[in-house]
Amino acid sequence: MPVENPRLLTKNYDTPNSWTLAAYEASGGYQALRKAIAMGPAAIREEVKAANLRGRGGAGFAAGVKWSFLKTSPDKPNYIAVNADEGEPGTIKDRTLMEKDPHRCVEGFIIAAYALDVHTVFVYIRGELVLAIKRIEQAVREARAKGYLGDKVIDQDFKLDIVVHAGAGAYICGEETSLLNSLEGLRGEPRLKPPFPAVVGAFGAPTIVNNLETLATVPTIIELGGDAFSKLSRLHHLRDGGVRLYGISGHVNRPGVYEAPVGITLRELIDDLGGGVRKGHTLKAVIPGGSSTPVLREQDVVHAPDEKHPLHAWHGKSHLDVPMGVDTMRGLGTMLGTCCAIVMDETTSMVRVAENLMMFYAHESCGQCTPCREGCAWMARLCQQVRRRHGHAGRPRHARRRRQQHHGQHHLRARRRRGDAHAGDPEAVS
Amino acid sequence: MAFELTPERLAIFEELLPKYPTKQALTIPLLHICQEQAGHISDEVIEYVAKKLSLSTADVKGVVTFYTLFQQKPVGRNVVWVCRTLSCELMGARDITRALEEKLDCHVGETTKDGEFTLLEAECLAACGGGPMIQLNDEYFENLTPEKLDAILDAARKKKDGGCAVTFSPVGIRARKEH
Ligand SMILES: Cc1cc2nc3c(=O)[nH]c(=O)nc-3n(C[C@H](O)[C@H](O)[C@H](O)COP(=O)(O)O)c2cc1C
Ligand code: SF4
Ligand code: FES
Repeated sequence: MPVENPRLLTKNYDTPNSWTLAAYEASGGYQALRKAIAMGPAAIREEVKAANLRGRGGAGFAAGVKWSFLKTSPDKPNYIAVNADEGEPGTIKDRTLMEKDPHRCVEGFIIAAYALDVHTVFVYIRGELVLAIKRIEQAVREARAKGYLGDKVIDQDFKLDIVVHAGAGAYICGEETSLLNSLEGLRGEPRLKPPFPAVVGAFGAPTIVNNLETLATVPTIIELGGDAFSKLSRLHHLRDGGVRLYGISGHVNRPGVYEAPVGITLRELIDDLGGGVRKGHTLKAVIPGGSSTPVLREQDVVHAPDEKHPLHAWHGKSHLDVPMGVDTMRGLGTMLGTCCAIVMDETTSMVRVAENLMMFYAHESCGQCTPCREGCAWMARLCQQVRRRHGHAGRPRHARRRRQQHHGQHHLRARRRRGDAHAGDPEAVS
Repeated sequence: MAFELTPERLAIFEELLPKYPTKQALTIPLLHICQEQAGHISDEVIEYVAKKLSLSTADVKGVVTFYTLFQQKPVGRNVVWVCRTLSCELMGARDITRALEEKLDCHVGETTKDGEFTLLEAECLAACGGGPMIQLNDEYFENLTPEKLDAILDAARKKKDGGCAVTFSPVGIRARKEH
């Protein structure tokens, strides 16, 4: 089946000066905001729920459900923190939205704020993305001048300000609680959960943290209606709705960002959107959704003979032919993540890939937890030794021991050996 | 010598101040503004920021050392960040790094003798589809080959305005220019 090309989120990408208010309004921009305000907050929340909009930031949590967790209280304001930290290696989608269609983002923020009774939206943008920051700042200024922001949003009794906050280069600040710490002017170290941000978030107040694309999709949902939007997806029946941005990079002919329905297969992403693996080469492996998601290979097939298994419909098919959805990818033992794939052909050394990514995680560890702070660097070094053929048979065992020590399993194993039946199963957690 | 912000930069800070519920939240924005002026975050800058926000210098220093974009020692007039992460490496980032080291005659992490360029490695800059890529001050250059670098570096050498005695500052003066 050819990949549908809906062009809803990327509608304006090719328009000249697409980032200006004039261009956005000429394409029907800010009409969704007017419609949303006429609907009222509760109806907006219902549409977003019906849209089956799964978060686009990585975890894939249903946005409508998350919004319903917001714990408002009379003595504290509510906040929205927009996550535009885009740091996951391979991920390139939010940057294009901010650079090419910042007003779509801003309109989404305003509708979400109206629906959630929020009067301040913080947009946390990765500090390196200077052009994106400029474009969003300018869009906010234009929107304010036009009366879409300020003391009276479109002459309603609703006050809203959007604050653009630039980060300073730390991958971990994409994690939502770390983002909140960074926003508050602290080191970007994740907080313990619970309490979740929807209860205790930015500055101690209830906060909804959503990915930028998640919120930039809201105007389209209001325009089409939640149910119609959800049905654009091939996985509507799994409550994974709508269209989204896909990214593809690495060894393909046409790397870049593409819009398509939720639920296209990796093969379609690589061959139809990405133009196939580069000429004269064959596919070795693909990281489906950013560097934190486990690798998939073409030769692996789905084993789900049980009819009740969520992947039964794809039993016996290649992993590349399973639709990309939050739950289907989880079923494969990987994750949908940010939906931005990294493609590797047969020339790639997987040991070097692991080393490269472990160097990334070693550099980006916030340093709070010993296994991560020390372990990532160890793993990078170990990969390097294997690559340089300095590794020997003992090395992998050595690595596993280290990991178990970190997990406290080493002790468990020793206690088990001594016959302590309550020591738990050391393999169970590893 | 104590550090002071220029009046126009101070005005940006004062415009931002009422937007946040706490003063501490301005730590990162204010550091960006200061770095744009001073080029790097010196002890004097840390003291200035701490005083402005009623924090301890330890609080501010903790933030400065946590984030990659804050330069803790002086850098060249131009800063070149070359992405070394997976997608870029698959497309040849290591050739780009090597070519830059040769052309600039300095290693990653160093500044050229004439003080024109500092060469640094970056982690994924969200431009993987255009790898290999570099960020030069606040501009991205994608789909690079070693041959393309000469023109880019020459242009940066000639560009005397833009005043990159600094890295870039997202919330500073240049971000305010209409785009
Ligand atoms: C290490 C780490 C990095 C993350 N980086 C990002 C990021 O750059 N952008 C993002 O939107 N979400 C990121 N997330 C996910 C966020 O924690 C959070 O789930 C998301 O912003 C929620 O928004 P959503 O529900 O709209 O997807 C990251 C999570 C982790 C654990
Ligand atoms: S040390 Fe690593 S695992 Fe622990 S909070 Fe920081 S980044 Fe996360
Ligand atoms: S890997 Fe270089 S920009 Fe993402």
